[in-house]
Amino acid sequence: MNNINNNTLDIVSLNHWYGHGEMRRHVLQSVSMEISPGEVVLLTGPSGCGKTTLLTLIGALRKVQDGDLKVLGKQLFGASRKTRQKLRKNIGMIFQGHNLLRCLTAEQNVQMGADLLNGFSYKARRAQSREWLRTVGLEDHLSKLPHDLSGGQKQRVAIARALAARPKLLLADEPTSALDSSTGREIVDLLKKLASEQSCSVLMVTHDPRILDVADRLLRMEDGQILPSV
Amino acid sequence: MELNNFLKKRKIPLAWLLLTRQPLRILVAIAGIAFAGILMFMQLGFRDGLFDASVTVHKLFDADLVLISPRSKSSISMSGFPRRRLIQAMAHKDVIGTTAVNWNFLLWRNPENLSTRSILALGFEPSKPLLIESNFERKADTLKNKGRVLFDDLSRDEFGPISAWFKEGRLVETEVAGKRVRVSGIVSLGPSFGADGNLITSSETYLQLSPGNPKGSIEIGLVRLKKGSDIENVVRSLNLSLPSDVKVMSLKSFIDFEKNYWKSSTSIGFIFTLGAAMGFVVGCVIVYQILYSDVSDHLPEYATLMAMGYNLKSLLGVVAREGLILSVMGYIPAYVSGQALYALVRSSTKLPVEMSFSRALTIFCLILFMCMGSALAAMKKLADADPAEIF
Ligand SMILES: Nc1ncnc2c1ncn2[C@@H]1O[C@H](COP(=O)(O)OP(=O)(O)OP(=O)(O)O)[C@@H](O)[C@H]1O
Ligand SMILES: [Mg+2]
Repeated sequence: MNNINNNTLDIVSLNHWYGHGEMRRHVLQSVSMEISPGEVVLLTGPSGCGKTTLLTLIGALRKVQDGDLKVLGKQLFGASRKTRQKLRKNIGMIFQGHNLLRCLTAEQNVQMGADLLNGFSYKARRAQSREWLRTVGLEDHLSKLPHDLSGGQKQRVAIARALAARPKLLLADEPTSALDSSTGREIVDLLKKLASEQSCSVLMVTHDPRILDVADRLLRMEDGQILPSV
Repeated sequence: MELNNFLKKRKIPLAWLLLTRQPLRILVAIAGIAFAGILMFMQLGFRDGLFDASVTVHKLFDADLVLISPRSKSSISMSGFPRRRLIQAMAHKDVIGTTAVNWNFLLWRNPENLSTRSILALGFEPSKPLLIESNFERKADTLKNKGRVLFDDLSRDEFGPISAWFKEGRLVETEVAGKRVRVSGIVSLGPSFGADGNLITSSETYLQLSPGNPKGSIEIGLVRLKKGSDIENVVRSLNLSLPSDVKVMSLKSFIDFEKNYWKSSTSIGFIFTLGAAMGFVVGCVIVYQILYSDVSDHLPEYATLMAMGYNLKSLLGVVAREGLILSVMGYIPAYVSGQALYALVRSSTKLPVEMSFSRALTIFCLILFMCMGSALAAMKKLADADPAEIF
């Protein structure tokens, strides 16, 4: 096979440790995986097995200690702060909490995502933000503050914000855990639909067994290792 | 074109929204900055006003050179020197005229409530020039009669409603140093910290009012030179030719001499500058507190923005812009209140406290410095925003 592959994500024997000396813990042990463009991958596993750690490494939020980690073709092992920060513009993130900016309206929050795009005028970016909110079904709540939105609505805004920056990879850490099950289901379906429309790959960590069926592929993790798929 | 480009490229005004969505916090900040600004406006205004006021009369003298006794330290402690020195000065080829001026404090009786108060009295020969003021010659003419004085209508109100009465056409008579005088005209000089009011009279009347004055002794000699003479040169040669009981200086150095007395021989300059510095420090503390707690409160949000791909520089820019916005929003009320308070000071103390452009600019720069410095200090807290911690 060709050496230059165009996988969204390529990980080869990634290791990560927390702490120093006696306290040093090996939380990721030789993790290898890959995600191809447009693929939706779900990651499950018991609490404390290292899922969030893996996600923050992929999201270029943490320095890689050991191993090969290529995101969108960029090697993250030994990458500078600047490289990581630039790469983050192409990675959408959805958090367990919505992490919206409290002082901004729904529309403005989404535009914080759109503002990362170069080459669009303010008006164009604003129009895109409104369009995204319409897509997630919040056209009537454009100028509401996060405070005045329900949990599900907030998570929709967060999805719109993540997608407004047109990422190639979307990382989501338990996006449904703060929601009731039917709302959670809606959110995940929406996420999958929109991501596939944008041909954006998704890596989602979840504990929720009811949403496993949205995955193209399911990965299980235990004690810092990815189990061979069954 | 530039504007168009800006409008196209602009982003969500995050700094503005962060501040304005917390009305209480921004109100406290504005109040703090405005307070600091008002304090600085008042202190520096008083300081400059005092220095300017100390020379209100000096600036009006119709003279190129001034003779004073070397023992004179300031307008409130003028020593005498022999009047002959002026005649000797006339010998210099560039000198075209001189005026002998007596200068001392006398007691003025308020004709309305009969209380007395110290007033600065100037005595001169009415046929000679004294002040550069329109119509002054005509007013000076009235002093040729004995017992007549010109009253300064900018004097403090405690001297009585002299100019009001005079303008009504009333005959205004009162006592100066226990002797009867009549007001024969009104001039506009202005009080200073040293003198609450001024009056001008003829040498003859002056000597009557203060009989203890040594004969032939004056406090100030005004010297007028030919057009185009080299002032510094004349000062030098007069200082050489005249005895050492008199000092010759240009009018400008006479003004500076007086200002310098207030600046260096008193703690007034220091006190007011210290007052302004206190305002500055208080402002810094308030703005720093506000910006620091603002950054701390929004730390997870800053971390989220970093996770989204915003670089640290753009977030530092948000804090800097918050500082900038605060400085402008705090300066405006400070400026407006400063104007109002200056007007109040002018009407109640008659001190020439004006909103000068240079002071307005200085204080804006101080406030800007205060806010940007505090923003810079608050930015350190941003380093605590770790995007890895937000999942
Ligand atoms: N910043 C940190 N410093 C030290 N240890 C950490 C840190 N973050 C996580 N750990 C530890 O590393 C291990 C893996 O944590 P991680 O958050 O990746 O687990 P997780 O799979 O996401 O768990 P959960 O399902 O509960 O979210 C845990 O044992 C945790 O205690
Ligand atoms: Mg986790």
